[in-house]
Amino acid sequence: MKDYQIGYIKLALPKGRFLSPTASLLVEIDLGFEGYSNGAKQYRLRSARFPSLFAKILQEKDIPIQVAVGNYDLGICGLDWIEEFVVKYPAGALVKISGLNYGEGGIYAVASAQGKIASLEELSARRNDCRIVSEYPNLAEAFALNLRMRRFRLFPVWGAAEAYPPENADLAVLWGKSGAQLAAQGLIPLKRLLPVTAFLIANRESLENKNLSQILACFSSKLTADLPTSMENELNSFKKQKITRTLWLAKEINLALPDGHQQAPTAQFLKRAGLTLQGYSEEASSRRPSADLDWLGIKVIRPQDMPLQVANGNFDLAITGEDWLLEHLNRFPSSPVKKLFALGFGTVKVVAAVSQEMPVNNIDELRTLVQSSTDYIGAPLKVASEYINIADKYLRDNRVSPYKLIPTWGASEAFLPEDADMLIDNTQTGKTLKEHKLKIIDVLFQSSACIIVNKDSLASSDKKEKMKFLTQKLRAGLS
Amino acid sequence: MKNQKCKGMRDLLPEDMLRFRRIEDVFRACCRNWGYQEVRTPTLEYLHLFTATGTLTPGMLSKVYSFLDWDGWSGERVVLRPDGTIPVARLYIDSLSGQTLARLFYVTNIFAFEGTGKENRERWQCGAEFFGGAKPAADVEVILLAEEVIRKLCLSNVGLQLSHAGLVKALLKEFKLSPAEEAKMMSRILEGDWQALTKAKSPNPETDRLVAALLGLKGKSSSFLHNIKASFPKASRDFKSSLEDFISIATLLDNQGCRYKIDIAAMHGFEYYTGICFQFLAAGEKIGGGGRYDNLVPLMNGGNIPACGFALYVDPIMKLLPLEKEKKGKSGILVKGQELTPEIVKTCFAVAESLRDAGYPAEIEFAGRDESNYMWVILVSGKGSAPFVLKECKRKRARYTGASVAEILKVVNKG
Repeated sequence: MKDYQIGYIKLALPKGRFLSPTASLLVEIDLGFEGYSNGAKQYRLRSARFPSLFAKILQEKDIPIQVAVGNYDLGICGLDWIEEFVVKYPAGALVKISGLNYGEGGIYAVASAQGKIASLEELSARRNDCRIVSEYPNLAEAFALNLRMRRFRLFPVWGAAEAYPPENADLAVLWGKSGAQLAAQGLIPLKRLLPVTAFLIANRESLENKNLSQILACFSSKLTADLPTSMENELNSFKKQKITRTLWLAKEINLALPDGHQQAPTAQFLKRAGLTLQGYSEEASSRRPSADLDWLGIKVIRPQDMPLQVANGNFDLAITGEDWLLEHLNRFPSSPVKKLFALGFGTVKVVAAVSQEMPVNNIDELRTLVQSSTDYIGAPLKVASEYINIADKYLRDNRVSPYKLIPTWGASEAFLPEDADMLIDNTQTGKTLKEHKLKIIDVLFQSSACIIVNKDSLASSDKKEKMKFLTQKLRAGLS
Repeated sequence: MKNQKCKGMRDLLPEDMLRFRRIEDVFRACCRNWGYQEVRTPTLEYLHLFTATGTLTPGMLSKVYSFLDWDGWSGERVVLRPDGTIPVARLYIDSLSGQTLARLFYVTNIFAFEGTGKENRERWQCGAEFFGGAKPAADVEVILLAEEVIRKLCLSNVGLQLSHAGLVKALLKEFKLSPAEEAKMMSRILEGDWQALTKAKSPNPETDRLVAALLGLKGKSSSFLHNIKASFPKASRDFKSSLEDFISIATLLDNQGCRYKIDIAAMHGFEYYTGICFQFLAAGEKIGGGGRYDNLVPLMNGGNIPACGFALYVDPIMKLLPLEKEKKGKSGILVKGQELTPEIVKTCFAVAESLRDAGYPAEIEFAGRDESNYMWVILVSGKGSAPFVLKECKRKRARYTGASVAEILKVVNKG
């Protein structure tokens, strides 16, 4: 047991979209935390008013899970992530206390205006395979099952779900500001699954056994009783929109380019390679940039999602990180994806790190510690990572046992030391790790951006020539 | 560190396995006598096998163990078999569809998530499926086969309840619900929520009267169904034809002296049933069930093959089954070496082999051990002219001393 956890009430606060409104709300109800603002440097916060109240800033997606497992007594996050959890684990230990009256938009099931599906009826009558892409795989699955879809395949993605239909998915389940806003993006909203509002949630056992009343009382003026909370109550079907629909035309070769941090260096690299793109710059960025090669289709998606999307043939080649390729190959050892060549930019180290207070300096010492003194860490070893398959293999290969993996969506350092004992994550300089009083005990490998290809595309007689042309052109961009 | 069993999983201990094997043995023997052939399907199947037929309710599908296989980058998911019938139907279509009639049986485990902690997530069942069997004789056959297994297991106070999926579906049509609402209502009924039907407002008072009669009354013979037929002359054509089918099966069962209760609500779990549905209850628990599912094979693109079948649930039956007196080793022989020398070890193995060849279970032991679980103990000293002593454990006396294994067998044979 860690001393600082005893007798404390722990609150999980969201990063990202709900950070500002949540911070304002907390100030308004006199429950403010110093340092809970955009660009917050520290994840751990203490309440000025209640000495026993301790808060942590987490990725919103992690909050329902962390509250359900009892690492936090209370949490604030969007209804979408709560339902994503609850729909899969209905008997879970999560209690929705109340909506908090802020939030925006909703979760929609959408098809592309250029695709073949325009209504729910068409979807449930469909006999052939339906590809669904979503950041909310559990909500998407429940949607498909309730619609009694005969055959569907689900592609969980890290983001950019809107970019997939119609070529790479028939359907996406995603967040949208409104049906109209989605329609403006060329999508047809088929159904609104739920509204996205912020919610106050609690761990059931904490609520039943622990005195949280002082904290709950602060929220009393803000609690609203009857917001529609489940998908059942919220079945606003959209009327078939009368859009002149032009069906999309398949391109011969499809390339996926990364968004986020990798976008700028990738754009420079492509420029060096002499590939002129429209819509892939910081000034004008589109999910579908165009090139001066009419046979080349280009999409901008998350680098994490690329290996799988190349493996399943949606793309012939992509620019992603070696880390994500390895993560994919650890999960699917016989995948047809391979690295063509490394690009040398976006270099990070994937490391294993623990708290500076842990008396170990390398993985061998950690293995011994886990085996000999389970009291110290309270076995099993909890490992937070956004690379769960890499972490799993690393721990197996190093015979660390027992261990438990906690999947994260980046920023694993926030979990240590209270909610995890070790992290396996990427770092550029190690500075952030040091700031959070962590030390690196092992470097698993170094990773940089690379070009990945589908082996079958390289060998295919239809694509061979153009693939060769393109990869030669890209190779020329290596500086 | 303590090794812990997975949540929701169950170990079967030696006593459990005695019960398990007894159920299995009786079931296998009965099935073979009725001309059924044993099959076994794999533990992993594609998820789409179960979604494509639209035959498991969304509630059941949300509890399957599904995941991506090591080569699952295409997004095609596999499941741990959540149901026994659908895989056997797939097997029939894949490999046996040349036979117009196929009587198949299986003993299998099925997997379904169960969150309350009251039931196992892995359950065993003994099932039989009759492909190509025409009604009503095939329906009666599977019911009588299931009954025979239950009778031979000497389970007492087992009740048989009959319902009819065609009848229920025809009844539901009368409510004139939208297809989506109708599917939802069917799911609720299959999950046991018949209140939903009584609460729904039908456009026709005649339907309400029919629902009230069917849910309120429980018949004990085909006469009840004749009474229903006579009291509701305005019922729909679908309803009447299902009722006729139900009557013909009930009449055949009456002729066989089969006792049952007609309870329209005795339909639970599977959406694939199209005709007669039945379930067996003992001590308030469901121990088996089955019915006719004529649409399943056509929905799986296997041609227009009618089928029916049943499954008995091993786990609740095990709880009801008295353990037979044949405790482990009771009739067995313990061959006990006095010392652990190479000669004595060799002799012990040789003696035990002769005993086993003669049909007696024989265990070998060198250390001290409680002998009370055995009928006989042979002490092997390997010394002098009398290397063996045969002891009868119950009376605690020596029955033979000497060097002849043949003599030992003679004594043991006499008892």
